[in-house]
Amino acid sequence: MIETDQLTRCYGHLTAVDALSIRVEPGQVLGLLGPNGAGKSTAMRMIAGFLIPTSGTARVCGYDVAREPLKAKRALGYLPEGAPSYGEMTVREFLQFIVRMRGLKADAAYRRFDEVVQRLQLEDVLGLCIDTLSKGLRRRVGLAQAILHDPPVLMLDEPTDGLDPNQKHAVRQLIDTMARERTILISTHLLEEVHALCNRVVIIARGKLLADATPAELEQRSRYHGAVSFSAPGSGMSQEMLGRLPQVASIEVDPLDGRITVFPKVGERILEPVERLLREQGLEVSEIQLERGRLDEVFRQITTQETDGARDAVAGVNA
Amino acid sequence: MSPIAAVMRRELRSYFVTPVAYVFLVIFLVLAGTLTFYAGDFYEREQADLQPFFVMHPWLYLILVPAITMRMWAEEAKGGTLELLLTLPLTLWQAMLGKFLAAWLFIGLALGLTFPIWITVDYLGAPDNGVIAAGYLGSWLMAGTFIAIGACLSALTRSQVVAFILTALVCVLLILAGQPQVLDFFQGALPRKLVHAIAHLSMLQHFDAISRGVLDVRDLLYFLISMIGWLIAGVLLLDLKRTR
Repeated sequence: MIETDQLTRCYGHLTAVDALSIRVEPGQVLGLLGPNGAGKSTAMRMIAGFLIPTSGTARVCGYDVAREPLKAKRALGYLPEGAPSYGEMTVREFLQFIVRMRGLKADAAYRRFDEVVQRLQLEDVLGLCIDTLSKGLRRRVGLAQAILHDPPVLMLDEPTDGLDPNQKHAVRQLIDTMARERTILISTHLLEEVHALCNRVVIIARGKLLADATPAELEQRSRYHGAVSFSAPGSGMSQEMLGRLPQVASIEVDPLDGRITVFPKVGERILEPVERLLREQGLEVSEIQLERGRLDEVFRQITTQETDGARDAVAGVNA
Repeated sequence: MSPIAAVMRRELRSYFVTPVAYVFLVIFLVLAGTLTFYAGDFYEREQADLQPFFVMHPWLYLILVPAITMRMWAEEAKGGTLELLLTLPLTLWQAMLGKFLAAWLFIGLALGLTFPIWITVDYLGAPDNGVIAAGYLGSWLMAGTFIAIGACLSALTRSQVVAFILTALVCVLLILAGQPQVLDFFQGALPRKLVHAIAHLSMLQHFDAISRGVLDVRDLLYFLISMIGWLIAGVLLLDLKRTR
């Protein structure tokens, strides 16, 4: 379990993390989302015990990071931003160093070592210097380091940054299999990752918590939620007809590929009536889609609102 | 294995994986040898002792120890591995001690590899081996103090060059503090007691005493307390960085 209570961190007069209170339970995969510079990494560094908060507390598995740092650190597997590791060491040396630092017992450590190496497909590079590895491989070495002691709490700062789609998939599968009894906190700015991994999303910007919801709930906030889109050549006529449907709020046409998106009025379902109308009109529709909502749009909406507000505040002060 | 030993082992390994260790060993041994014979007039003195050898050590350490210690924390801070290290379950103390011991053992190895000169002087004459052993001990203690200074100042900055220069500067001040020229400079301006205190801070005074075979507790304490003091300062600096 991870708990933060009014966690705050200032750099000079800049507040990087502003009274952040979150609680992640076992079985949850929480995605910490936010634009660059939102305070994601700073928050994680405080939870990991690397930075000392200006005020507020962080607890890992019930251990206060400030009061019982060693117990908290033992319960935590942490992948810092950029997956730093000692470049002059080989992968094997580096992971053995972590085994020693974690104080793992010999035979259990060997079994775990082999298991982790196999899971992250590092067998072929064990003897290579970390400096010579590709970005993706280095990230996997960092992940191996984080899960080597099989921690109950896992905190990963941008775990799939720099990986190719196949590697991303493999890492997501790994996190998925680990998710069941563990508490996992990942930070990311990839919205697809939220879909693939998280059952809860926290959006922060300028250090403040702006939203705390499931991915599905966030999607519902999108104006695209429940909209119907289709491509049909020569459908100029039917657009007018669609507009007359009582459930429809508005219609948009993509200027590039002519794809039509029909937005429903609040609380209305429009897939069926739209389909019926198209059939009645005898229009050939190659494909029709019910939209779930667009996270990127919701993300932009939530995070830019906040920054606009801040800009207004600054302008007010200057005036 | 304790975290201190794990950190120490990793540090030592990194010396020998990179060329640092070999470059250091070669330069140290070559300089220690040639300075003893050419600048120290080892033969011309016609005395069976290693005074000309030990006299050069403070100046050797002045250049070489900062080269070993400059990367200690600066490199970790720059490469981001500091975050990795400090989020592993160990205290700042254990990390600092591990790194310090690694460097101290390494200098001990370099010092040990100068044994041919002991054999030489033993072959040429009948030196007092107790005095020579004391000289080695004093030299190693002095190296430890230099390393503790370097470890502290390396925690101050992300730049290895800055760490090197600061360490060399502090070390040279400590070496020169007891020299008559420096003391004369302060003589008029400062009260007699303070000038005395400055003289006692001098590393050379304490090292000279030990290397002449006089094992005074005060000299040993000087080095031990210096080491501990600088290491504490280093740990405090690292801790301060986490709040800043």
